[in-house]
Amino acid sequence: MSKTNKFKIITIALVAAVVSVNCDNNDSNGDATVSLDFSGTFVQQDQMARPAINTVFVASGQPKDDFNAAIPSAMGAKYQSIFQSRLLALNSGYTTNALGQTAAQLTGLLATDVLGVSKTAPTTFFDGTNVLTGRALADDVIDVELLLIFGGPTGGSNPTLTKDNVNSNDKAFGTSFPYLASAW
Amino acid sequence: MKKTKMILGLSLVAISGLILVAADHIDAPATMSGDAGDITDVYAFQGQNTSNLVFAVNTQGLLSPNATGAATFKENVMVEINIDNNGDNIEDLVIQAIKRDDKMYFFGPVAPGTTGTTSTIKTSAASGNVTISQYGATALTAEQNGMKFFAGPRDDPFFFDLGQFKAILGGTATGFKNPGTDTFAGTNVMSIVVEVPKTMLGSSSTINVWAETKKKQ
Repeated sequence: MSKTNKFKIITIALVAAVVSVNCDNNDSNGDATVSLDFSGTFVQQDQMARPAINTVFVASGQPKDDFNAAIPSAMGAKYQSIFQSRLLALNSGYTTNALGQTAAQLTGLLATDVLGVSKTAPTTFFDGTNVLTGRALADDVIDVELLLIFGGPTGGSNPTLTKDNVNSNDKAFGTSFPYLASAW
Repeated sequence: MKKTKMILGLSLVAISGLILVAADHIDAPATMSGDAGDITDVYAFQGQNTSNLVFAVNTQGLLSPNATGAATFKENVMVEINIDNNGDNIEDLVIQAIKRDDKMYFFGPVAPGTTGTTSTIKTSAASGNVTISQYGATALTAEQNGMKFFAGPRDDPFFFDLGQFKAILGGTATGFKNPGTDTFAGTNVMSIVVEVPKTMLGSSSTINVWAETKKKQ
């Protein structure tokens, strides 16, 4: 046997060994999730449901961190009156809104930061008929919130404050999964 | 002189940081921009298949195209979609997502071990995983156990003339402009999207949904 052939055989043996080791690894990782470490305790850092709630209704600094660390079932009692003061600071002329909500009713709804989602009706923040039945990508949620805060009982009050005139996203959404547009 | 310029630059960054706060983007000191724990927006809507609901949780807002390629999910930050199906605003089901290596792993919908601010990962309820999509590449999706999964950079779907709103709050403007300017145009987020059969979410006709980021202690 020539030196070259010996070298080839050794190389083939080494390659085969590497390949079979890879196979073994693949076999033992048949269920990759099982072999990974997911242990430990995870503690809440941020919380969010409805858009812009913490931003608009909670004071800067520590109060915003506190709101992010709160759980929805405890938010109503803690934040309703804070939100009501903030609402009346934003719109001192607030009486009711287009949904007929008093300041206490609107802020009572918003203070518990959850997103109501229907499993039977169309899912939308507001589409003229359905109210708070979800949040679709194209929903102009800011205009809805501005209208409820500034629009008064008919929606016609403070017309320069009830819409921001940015009515759609800067990229079209997909009709199929994952729906969100590709990154810029 | 150099120092003065640097301090001036830093204060400008700080000021623009304060101004660029919106839907929930960089909403608090503990969850600043680029922090994997900062949720920017939560979406919940009916899927293309109307028997399904889609949940999208976006994090790390206001990523410029230049910064997006380097943005990553973190292995110590779990994203948890909370679902209340009996109207008490306490989660009855959770869907958990966390990164390991180049994949995002999903658990649930499943009843949480404990409700509230502290969680463990429900490893017995693994529902699937997907390779995290890379910036600039085609979106990678996976379908397992009737659910669909995506994780990776996406265009920020949020739109708002936040600059003008801040000017109104600051007293330098009295109303919005027409047309307005989308403060979030041309920026990206790190997205997690899950599509789930409605039948896996309990039998109620409505649910309450919220998202949380939870950090490993």
